[in-house]
Amino acid sequence: MNIPNDLYYTENHEWISIDGKEAVVGISEHAQEELGDIVFVELPSVEEELDQFEEFGVIESVKAVSDVFMPVSGVIVEVNEDLMDEPEKINEDPFGSGWLIKVEIKDKGELDELMDSTEYQAFLEEE
Amino acid sequence: MAERLIKDYSSPGRKGYSLPPLDVPDLELEEYVGNKYSRDELNFPEVSEVDVVRHYTALSELNYGVDSGIYPLGSCTMKYNPKRNEDIARLNKLSQIHPYQKEEDVQGSLEILYKLKDDLAEISGMDEMTLQPASGAHGEFTGLLIIKKYFEDKGIEKSKVIVPDSAHGTNPASAVMAGFDVVEIDSNEHGMIDIEKLKEAVDDDVAALMLTNPNTLGIFEKDISEIADIIHEAGGLLYYDGANLNAVMGYARPGDMDFDVLHLNLHKTFSTPHGGGGPGSGTVGVKEFLKPYLPRPVLSKKEDCYTWDYDSPKSIGKLHAFYGNYGVLIRAYSYIKTLGSEGLKKTTENAVLNANYMKNKLKEEFVLPFEENNLHEFVLSGVKQKEKGASTLNIAKRLLDYGQYAPTIYFPLVVKEAMMIEPTETENLDTLNKFIETLKTISKEIEENPEVVKNAPHNTSVRKLDEVKAAREPDLRW
Amino acid sequence: MDYVSNTNKERNLMLKEIGVEAVEEIFSSIPEKVRLDRELDVSGGMSELELKNHINELAEKNYSLDEYTSFLGAGAYDHYIPSIIDHLISRQEYYTAYTPYQAELSQGTLQAIYEYQSMIAELTGMDIANASLLDGGSAAAEAVLMAARVSRKNKVLLSSGLHPAYREVTKTYGSPKDLDFVEIGLEDSTTDLDELESQLDDEVAAIVVQYPNFYGSIEDLERIQEMKDKYKKALLIVVANPITLGTLTPPSEFGADIVAGEGQSLGNTVNYGGPYLGYLACKGDRKFMRQIPGRIAGATEDAEGNRGYVLTLQTREQHIRRAKATSNICTNEALNSTISTIYMATMGKQGLKEVADQSFKKAHYLADKINELDNFEVVNFDNFFHEFWLKSKKPINKLIAHLKQNKILGGINLSRFGEEKGLLLSVTEKRTKAEIDELVELMGEM
Repeated sequence: MNIPNDLYYTENHEWISIDGKEAVVGISEHAQEELGDIVFVELPSVEEELDQFEEFGVIESVKAVSDVFMPVSGVIVEVNEDLMDEPEKINEDPFGSGWLIKVEIKDKGELDELMDSTEYQAFLEEE
Repeated sequence: MAERLIKDYSSPGRKGYSLPPLDVPDLELEEYVGNKYSRDELNFPEVSEVDVVRHYTALSELNYGVDSGIYPLGSCTMKYNPKRNEDIARLNKLSQIHPYQKEEDVQGSLEILYKLKDDLAEISGMDEMTLQPASGAHGEFTGLLIIKKYFEDKGIEKSKVIVPDSAHGTNPASAVMAGFDVVEIDSNEHGMIDIEKLKEAVDDDVAALMLTNPNTLGIFEKDISEIADIIHEAGGLLYYDGANLNAVMGYARPGDMDFDVLHLNLHKTFSTPHGGGGPGSGTVGVKEFLKPYLPRPVLSKKEDCYTWDYDSPKSIGKLHAFYGNYGVLIRAYSYIKTLGSEGLKKTTENAVLNANYMKNKLKEEFVLPFEENNLHEFVLSGVKQKEKGASTLNIAKRLLDYGQYAPTIYFPLVVKEAMMIEPTETENLDTLNKFIETLKTISKEIEENPEVVKNAPHNTSVRKLDEVKAAREPDLRW
Repeated sequence: MDYVSNTNKERNLMLKEIGVEAVEEIFSSIPEKVRLDRELDVSGGMSELELKNHINELAEKNYSLDEYTSFLGAGAYDHYIPSIIDHLISRQEYYTAYTPYQAELSQGTLQAIYEYQSMIAELTGMDIANASLLDGGSAAAEAVLMAARVSRKNKVLLSSGLHPAYREVTKTYGSPKDLDFVEIGLEDSTTDLDELESQLDDEVAAIVVQYPNFYGSIEDLERIQEMKDKYKKALLIVVANPITLGTLTPPSEFGADIVAGEGQSLGNTVNYGGPYLGYLACKGDRKFMRQIPGRIAGATEDAEGNRGYVLTLQTREQHIRRAKATSNICTNEALNSTISTIYMATMGKQGLKEVADQSFKKAHYLADKINELDNFEVVNFDNFFHEFWLKSKKPINKLIAHLKQNKILGGINLSRFGEEKGLLLSVTEKRTKAEIDELVELMGEM
């Protein structure tokens, strides 16, 4: 299972990558595998401000629905519009072209509440 | 073998109907409604009567009904639908009546409805029934609105409804529609309500607990009296989802278990046909203190005359434009009059006997997640088979290859790879044995040749269908 | 009589297998305290012959439409129903089947739904339709709840031309949702457009009008559309009797966002109000498709590339989304929608138009004749389709009783709805000139 080591992870299987004040958020390979073929994604509007662990969207497969939550507080700066027509990108490339949103981070301190790749690996094994 | 669409039978000018010639003076619609309200074109099929008959006969041949064979869908109660009930519901004197005829014109029908209402109240142990809800979920919504209105009327604010994690999806959905917040509680290791967790979840903000008893695992909640006390002491009410009433008819009554409100699915327990997804009926029963809140109108009897009573100021209002699914109600009445109390009890016993027999025969081959005594249905898990390469979905599809319908699968959610089996009382021992043997055969196939199960079905009119494509590229009409 | 086929011998064999002596033992999991300690008091045990005699005796007390000539409408219409419909839907493969969750053994039901959706969409002019809702009243209510979700607004303008029962059902459904219902009165027999305009604002989720309306009149949808278009979020819901759309311009042409209503007139018997079917059609963009309630069938391919059908977009529904579903609906009115599908196919392009056309013309013939009488006046003489509103100088109940003595069910007394006074008369293609003439003659005797 691919778990890139430069990302942070949540217990709900979102990942976040940090580049200065901006971050990219998606769901992990494990999450997309559990969901199966993804058929629909609902994402927030740009400029929306959301708190850490607040729900920001929905990912759906044929027979399952999963809410996705903000790994950190922040303002949405971009959403992955390509997913509207090609939600399968999340299955094909969850850490790359299947990203969900870009966020302007408010408080980097919140990252302390997330897992690094080693911790996430252990978390998955436990689950 | 695909059957083409009815529109593909079309040939310009072809007709499948005949009407008498117009015998009143001709008029131009445009003169009355103007050009803008007169339709230019209606792109409908142009087909002959024979085309229609052939097409819809061909389509029907792609279906499987209760008359085709066993239909062991857990919780759905796919019992035989008696033919006499169909004849009775079609009697001109019963079906050719208009909902706005005066009550004096339709006394026969109202008498049937009134007697049905009384019988259902006796069977379920409630004080009054409304026949208006047209489905189980409609009944839940009605029942929860009654509960909401009752508390409002008493000036008590309550915002929560508790549902167990094994509940039907309609329970939480109906609670939200009725304006409540849903609190879901986990079942314990016996598949029953966890009393400690229930106590933790209950506070004075809880309006109701919704419960199916026996629950969706087929297990009777043995602590039902304690559960009722916990809810009632906190000032809440107890709601009974009647999907499984067929497991206790004649043996126990929800009313005696201290339930305050319930709905009954007449298309389950009372044999009315499912019609490919409807119509159904979800009649609601209440205890005396909730009578003022029932939907309008209330069927009442004054001297020897049956009337609709609209004068109920505390009523939750109407949920159906007329009186509910009358045709379904007629069938349920016929069923009850055929069986009587003796037949109803015997029906329950055989439903329970059939389910327990099947469970005994299958519990070695599959995993039985709960050892508790079950009544009319039971849940198996396909985890052992899944490890060998074929999921419960695959098993279900493989059953179709053997010309038998599949059980309810992946429900209740508390069991992994769940198969929920409800044979009903109308299946005989031979049919049960055949189904048992088929499931065992499939399990063997999984050991020897899992691919054949994984790629099932093979013998149906279509092979495994691409649901992902259907959802990603919705094609919802021609 | 019962429907159990196990013999005593077989029952004993099964009990032995389970390891119990008597069937009562299995019920031991039911605590003593809640067990019924007596037999149920339910009469019955009838043979088929006894049952039919019993029911016939009761049925004889009814005055049915096969003996009485009906001019009753108001949401339940006595149209001609071709024989083939009952023959086809009496095939057990349709009526004894379950919801088509196992698609491979349910292609008949699924394709019938797909055809139903296609023809309802065509008839209303909308992009998509669902598989059915419970009835016309609940369809209007679900349309309003859907509009509130799509628009994220909460003010709902209900025309008083909307069937009073539908209005009541809609309010019952809306009551837990914090919706602000405003009823817009009538001017003559149609929605008061000045009042409607004055109530429109940025908070409006939906305008709900009926077409033709409860009194049979045709609302000025063109003007209503113009008003609505000034407010970006507000949706237009048109509740339409589908049979009239055989000749009336579809609501889509007037900017309707959702068209919903009662499908009974499409081949279903009057059946004392049910089972009928609610239909709901709407625009096809994603935000509508995501919010539409109820089941939907879609076309797809099987593993070998052949066309097939499945239930789709199911994540909207209660069995998956549970508390967050778009509606709690599960059981719908599938068999009634199959009836309507077969009806629409049988009547086809010309037949549906002819039914609507004849109903319209016969109703106007009746109205013309009545207007010649001294004691009656047709309120909406200049503007109705196949149903009209009559004012009478004579007591309405006396008129209805006089007609009934002559085997005619001569309209519905509007007083039962507690809003307007008068009589509501409906005429379908089934009524003959002779029947209409007789009605007029009897009215003249008053």
